[in-house]
Formats: sequence, C-alpha cells, structure tokens
Amino acid sequence: MHSSALVITIATIVIALILGVMAQRNKKMDLEQWTVGGRGFGVLFVFLLLAGEIYTTFTFLGGSGYSYGMGGPASYILAYGALAYILSYFILPRLWRYSKEHKLLSQSDYFATRFNSPGLGILVAVVGVIAIIPYLQLQITGLGLIMEVTSYGAVGKVLAMTIGVVVVALYVTISGIHGSAWTAVLKDIVVLAVVLVVGIALPMHVGGLQVMFEKINTMRPDFLILKNHGMGLMWFISTVALTSLGFYMWPHSFSAVFTAKNERVFRRNATFLPLYQLILLFVFFAGFAAILIVPGLKNTNLALLAAVQKVFPAWFVGVVGGAGILTALVPGSLLIMTGATLIAENIYRPLAKASEKQVQTMARIMVWVIAAVSLYFSINSNATIVALLLMGYNFVTQFFPSVILSLFTEHGVNKYGAMSGILVGVSIVVYFTMTKVSILWGINTGFLALLINFIVVWVVSALTPNSPVSADQPAHF
Amino acid sequence: MNIRWLAVIPVLGILVFVGFANRVTPFVFGLPFLFFYVVMWVVITAAIMAVIYALDPANKKDSN
Repeated sequence: MHSSALVITIATIVIALILGVMAQRNKKMDLEQWTVGGRGFGVLFVFLLLAGEIYTTFTFLGGSGYSYGMGGPASYILAYGALAYILSYFILPRLWRYSKEHKLLSQSDYFATRFNSPGLGILVAVVGVIAIIPYLQLQITGLGLIMEVTSYGAVGKVLAMTIGVVVVALYVTISGIHGSAWTAVLKDIVVLAVVLVVGIALPMHVGGLQVMFEKINTMRPDFLILKNHGMGLMWFISTVALTSLGFYMWPHSFSAVFTAKNERVFRRNATFLPLYQLILLFVFFAGFAAILIVPGLKNTNLALLAAVQKVFPAWFVGVVGGAGILTALVPGSLLIMTGATLIAENIYRPLAKASEKQVQTMARIMVWVIAAVSLYFSINSNATIVALLLMGYNFVTQFFPSVILSLFTEHGVNKYGAMSGILVGVSIVVYFTMTKVSILWGINTGFLALLINFIVVWVVSALTPNSPVSADQPAHF
Repeated sequence: MNIRWLAVIPVLGILVFVGFANRVTPFVFGLPFLFFYVVMWVVITAAIMAVIYALDPANKKDSN
C-alpha cells in the first residue's frame, strides 16, 4: 500500500505540532521567552538547538544530493563543521558573556550596542533577513520534495511546498523556541536512526562500501576527488574557510548562543559536536549508492528519496519522509522566527518607535510574510539545495570581520569600519550572485568578498576617529 | 605555552595538508582516501578539543 508512506509522513507533522503546543503551556510568552527561552537552556538543549542547525534538509537531502551530483567536493561538508567547532570554543563564550551583560536578544542588538550605532543594527538586521531567505527556501524545497515523493506523486510540488510552509509558520506562531527545542529532541532520534539504516543498507544493496566506491571510480575517474567543475583544492580550502567562519554568523545561530545558561556549555559542546558531524558520512554513503541505484536523476536533490523508494517498502519511505519533514521543520521554524523577530524588533521598532505590543504583533505578522516570500522563491527556483545554502553563507560571513575584531580588540574596528566592510562585502556578493559566478580563479567568490571586507574594515577603522566611548560600549573581558 | 594553541593542528591538517590527500586510492576502511583523510581529521579535532577542554584553566572555575 503506497498510502502508508503519506500517512506516516503526515502523522509526523501532527506529532510535531502537538509537541509544539505542549511546550508553550504554563509559560508566560513575552519576547524574551519566545526567542531565547529565558536564557535557561542547559548543555543538552543548546546542543540540540545548535545541532538542529546542522541536521537540516541541507544535510539530509542536500548532502546526499551533493555527493550524488558532485562527488569529492561533498567532503567540504564534513570538514567545515570541525573547524567551526574549534572556533566556537574561543568565540562563543565571549559573545555569550557580552550578550548577557547587555541583555541582547539578537545579532542586530549586538552590533547596535557594541558599536553604539542603531543604524548599524538596522543594516545587520536587513542583511540577516536577506541571508535567511535562501536558507528557508531550501528547507521548503526539501519539504515539497518529501511530500511529493511520499505521496508517490499524488500531491503536486506547489501544493506540497505550500502545505509545508503553512505547517512551519503555524508551528512557530504557536510555540516559539520551546517548540523548536522539543521537536529537536524528536528529530535527532528519528534522523539518527533513519540515516544509519539508509546509509548502511543502500551501500550494502550495491555490494558494500568499497565495492560501491570502486565501481563509481571506474565509471567516472576523478569523480571522488577535488577536481571537476572548477572545484579543486583552492575551492575546497576557500569554501571550508568561508563556511566555518560563517557558521555562527547566521542570525539564528548567533542568537541561539544567547539561550545558554553558562559559557562552559559551548566549550563542552566543542569537544563532542565534531563527532556528531560524522553521522553525515552515512548521508554521503546514501548519495553515492544512489549513483548506482537510480542513475541519471535530473534533480539531484531527489537522490536519497529516489533510492529509498526503489529499495525499501512504502512504509519505510514514510518514515524517511517523516525524518525529512523534521529536518526541515525544526531549522525552518527557527529561521522564520529569527527573521520575524529581526524585522519587528530591530527594524520596525527603531524606525517606527513602536510599543512593545505593536512589536509583538508585527513579529507574528512577519512570520507569515517571510513564509510567503520564501514560498514564492521556492516555487520559482531550480537551484540545488547546497547552492542555496552557500548563497546564504556568502551573505552572513560578511559579519565575521566586524564580529571577531569587536570581540577581541577594543579599538580594532569602529562603526564606520564595520558598516563599510559589511556594505562592500555584501555588494560584492550580490554582484556575484546576480552574474551567477560562484567560483573565480578556482576560489569561492564569497571568500573573495570576505577578504576584501576584512581589508575595508581595517583600513576604514584606522582612518576614521573612534566614536565617543559610551559607558557600555567597549567589551571588557 | 597556552594549551589552546593545540587547536592550530587540525586547522593545518584540514586547510593546508589536504593538498597531499586529494586522491582516490588507497581505500581505507572502504573509503576513498580523500574522504578517509577528512574523517580522520574530524576525529582528531574532537580528541584535541577534549584535551584542551580538560586542561584549560578557564573550565576549572565557575567563571573566569
């Protein structure tokens, strides 16, 4: 019975919604509760929330699709996480301390407070929202694909995506971040199980791991290394550098840092998150096996689902679909919420001098506006999931030079430097995005933008006067 | 010397010496060499971060 797949997938959505409703009972929902959980989350929840960023549709469908379509370059996805966690050990405790001292709620607050510049806060919020859209778009694309496949084509792509978006927006409206944390628990258990089963069974189906890789290597020499499509060594190095520096620059990751109870949480997590990363390996195995099981797919995003559909019974397709739904729902809800809060709290409030009540209303309206915009882009785009993520990374990484210099130096960067660095970096990224140039001289163009950004921040900060120091401006550590 | 400097090792392993690992053979644990190499460094990263965590004075007190 094919319908069992769809039934299981829909049951997962219902369970996630119930968990979301349960999570917000008995809690007073002001904006601080809604977005940073009252800053009371311990090791496990912060771990799961940050892991929620890692195991998204991007890794589940994107990672397998990328190994299916690109081969060797997919190894960058394993590498950048490890470097990002090393950085987190040194950066996040400082960031958390500063955010606690100044009661910050968002990334934009950090810039506005640290540089004593509301204008810079607004700029950062705008760039953050722009970067979130492609990330959200890839989750919605994934949701759509899953509904399409688990219904065996009965639910069309556009309808599937629309249902997915409504579920995410509904979920956020009901429960805020508490919902995300509980569903994250459910998600991690289901995804772990599914990824292990699929990542072991599919390679076995084609003769075992080494046999599988040898077959692929014979069919397509050089596919399993860094070489083709301009994705050589320099591409790998620049992409790993770009994405690991940008890892915590996402507005939602940046503010997830604020949910921690104390700073040691981050140092602890830095020791075992790299290992958690290895689960990705099984996602890759599934993608590589799909090359032999379902060759020649036009849409590489489909690789994992198509292979599962071919090898497993319908009910298991439903379980995989359910896991996939969760990998889109948890990060998707976090993304929408962060975007909505940024617009309401960091753009609307300062510009319109709005009251607390108006800001809350605006945040809840913006959830639906952002959902609608991302849906529009999802329907009208054919980009691969990984390409969408890299586009978002190109934007958020432009925050890195100003963040790092402002956390570790007293006068290494001022508001003029930060503002011009971000503006120049983002303009270069927009130019490369419009002209569809993602690799130049073998280097990831986002990384080139980052280098120029760094130089601009440094030069402008050195040439302009430091703004008058207000009582709470310098970050004393 | 500060124990935190150990963190430089995996950075070099992943970003610099990967140049020597861009090959399919030999297969290790069934993996093409490039993939094995990256996995190896992920494991080494976790180990090194655990050592840093254990020895870093910042984690001894409740706050530093």
